[in-house]
Amino acid sequence: MVLEAQGLTKTFQGVVALSDVALRLRAGEIHSLMGENGAGKSTLIKLLSGLYSPDRGTIRLEGREVRPTSNNDAQKIGISTVFQEVNLIPTMTVAENVFLGREPKKWGRIDWKAMREGARRALARLEVDIDVDRQLEDYPIAIQQMVAIARALDFDAKVLILDEATSSLDRDEVERLFTVLRGLRKQGLAIVFISHFLDQIYEICDRVTVLRNGHFIGEWTTAELSRTELIAKMMGRELLAAEKAVAAETDEVKRVKPWLECKDFGRGAAIQPFELEVRPGETLGLAGLLGSGRTEIARLLFGLDSATSGSMTIDGEPVKFSNPADAIDRGFAMAPEDRKTQAIFPQLSVRENIILALQNQRGWARALSRDEQDRIADQFIKAMGIRAYDAEQPIETLSGGNQQKAILARWLALDPRLLILDEPTRGIDVGAKAEILKLIHEQANKGKSVVLITSELEELVRVSDRVAVLKDRRKIGELAGSQLTEQAIMSTIGEAP
Amino acid sequence: MIRSISRSGLVWPLATLLAILVYNAFVNPTFFAVEMKNGQLYGSVIDICFRATPLILVALGMTLVIATSGVDLSVGAVAALSASSAALGFAQGLGWEGALALALGVGLVVGSLNALLIAGFGLQPIVASLIAMVAGRGVAQLLVDGQIATLSDPSYLWIGTGGAFGLPFSLWLALIMIVVLALLTRKTSAGLFVEAVGSNATASRYIGLSVSRVKWFVYALAGLMAALSGVVMSANIRAVDVNNLGLFLELDAILAVVIGGTRLTGGRFTLLGSALGALIIQTVATTINTQGVAVELMLMVKAAVVIAICLAQSDRLRIRVRKARLQPEMKAAS
Repeated sequence: MVLEAQGLTKTFQGVVALSDVALRLRAGEIHSLMGENGAGKSTLIKLLSGLYSPDRGTIRLEGREVRPTSNNDAQKIGISTVFQEVNLIPTMTVAENVFLGREPKKWGRIDWKAMREGARRALARLEVDIDVDRQLEDYPIAIQQMVAIARALDFDAKVLILDEATSSLDRDEVERLFTVLRGLRKQGLAIVFISHFLDQIYEICDRVTVLRNGHFIGEWTTAELSRTELIAKMMGRELLAAEKAVAAETDEVKRVKPWLECKDFGRGAAIQPFELEVRPGETLGLAGLLGSGRTEIARLLFGLDSATSGSMTIDGEPVKFSNPADAIDRGFAMAPEDRKTQAIFPQLSVRENIILALQNQRGWARALSRDEQDRIADQFIKAMGIRAYDAEQPIETLSGGNQQKAILARWLALDPRLLILDEPTRGIDVGAKAEILKLIHEQANKGKSVVLITSELEELVRVSDRVAVLKDRRKIGELAGSQLTEQAIMSTIGEAP
Repeated sequence: MIRSISRSGLVWPLATLLAILVYNAFVNPTFFAVEMKNGQLYGSVIDICFRATPLILVALGMTLVIATSGVDLSVGAVAALSASSAALGFAQGLGWEGALALALGVGLVVGSLNALLIAGFGLQPIVASLIAMVAGRGVAQLLVDGQIATLSDPSYLWIGTGGAFGLPFSLWLALIMIVVLALLTRKTSAGLFVEAVGSNATASRYIGLSVSRVKWFVYALAGLMAALSGVVMSANIRAVDVNNLGLFLELDAILAVVIGGTRLTGGRFTLLGSALGALIIQTVATTINTQGVAVELMLMVKAAVVIAICLAQSDRLRIRVRKARLQPEMKAAS
């Protein structure tokens, strides 16, 4: 056992981020740390890399208890970390970056020759051949990431932690990194590999430790834990239920008749005619790159733009929306892409922001009494965990995640049939993100339909029952059930003409 | 009570008004004296309130317009137009009821036209209402041939000159309109919708709110209030002078709204604040008058006082002053 952490506990101002967590790393293994956003992964890493110190618990490195007090300190004892954001200095040379803070000295002066050679050696280990005298920013992010890894390895590392190190790498670069990692594994290094790409986890990792809400859930080998089981552990759903959810939900939903159907529906050059069906209890994802027509479909469905071709039917009855009010009357709701300019009323209170859509539906004369408003607002603030010290607080003073929850509360107050969510998790903190995704699940379980747009493929695949894939303002396909993977979405986009 | 005032943001206009009143009481010991003559109360304070009524009426309507982040420059012209319509009505043999209905109807129509240009055709409020401002006074001049029309119907004149329960009727009218508009905006959802549109018009559309209906509501109401103000002014001076009636009224109204605490950028509004703002403007005018400031200097002095009031109410300035005061202490501490 290279590293053995036990009973690690960390609280921030009374909020427990990590509670009695264990992590065991063996020599020569690649170990994945899994958990949803906010599960405590980054807190754990920061404890290991000396950025935080634990309230309780011990970290043993090769049997000796260690208490790293800084990132440098951790590196010195053999725990090297590469964080998601490259934290090197773009305007310094590659060599300077590799040796930042530990420059080789000769008679009290920096030994540039040794530095260059050392940097070349460190990079050669990763099969990266670049000019170490050029500024770091001259190279693409992927190379910069490699430099960061080279730097991390150059400290006689016993433990290498890669926190989302692959998120900015393309396929080939990931492959190259994996080759390097496999080599390092052979040399007996213990590697912690964190990625939100499940495929990568199963490709390279030997073991996985799962955290949820700051708790240690368990440790398994990747061979014994199926993807479905892993997701279930991360999300905290009962295994059976989760398996059912993934396997059967889609089939079950398929048997239900769609209530909303679009035929040849389109709008000029904004979005070419498409077919779309929405069933009760179903989450329909819209996948595609930026500008592929996802938002245009949402706008069309919600009556913000009007269609120039085709038809939309609800329960078999043809409908035409000329504005959002028409769509809302039919039980549609939409949380738009840009929360700040399209959704919130910045100066108005959280209470007013929540009740506005409901009040508008009741009309001008039938005003909700202040008591009713307070009751509705309090109910949603509590149910959705909106962190506000007062319902009368202007909504602009809340964090992005809490604003988004209030926007969702606004629509849930109308008990809508269809929720259209355009990038509902963009720019919000990790905790709120998980809560919003959970909420989408809850709504679908209640028989509501959700149309979800998100740029985060992993999120889309996890939450959606079915995904419509878009490219160049055209719907190019649909994926459901076992076909629905990130890879499949990407290749559908990639292979479409 | 005190807490609710300070939270509603009325504390600054109230403090300003009190300061000016205290100044007046200081230089003029009989300032607060009120006496009863023929069942009517008389005194400087009552006189100020009475004179402020046309401005209060217009400012109330302007408040809602500004709360939608719009502005209505036509209110002065509408006041003149509605008063001359009443004069025309009398000339055509209408009774006071008919003339009054005509005057108010004209206000509603001009307000609705403003709304049509702004909400229907997407014109900037300042441009649309500027058109109505120029055209409105032009039409008013046509209606009375550019002459000063005298009014004589006693019932109509009573609106501007009569008294009831010890106070001038127009003062009661202003109080009633404050209450009516407060109920209209706060007991229905109209006020919330107005604030929603002013706070974020795009988001209003996304929740299905009819932004054009809200705009029609505020501009029509502003037209109606301007018309009512024109009636009060013309009844008070027993004549319609289309070239002077309600001249620059729109500017005083905007000022009253801003002094009262409603921001020009829209959103939250306070009707009571605007009424206070109107009172402040009238009190300043009366004070300057009674202090014997030369007529040529009046506008200058008024401008200076208004600048002082606005600066006193500026949050940014207050914070800066507080910082400047703290700085020496901090230096001393270090």
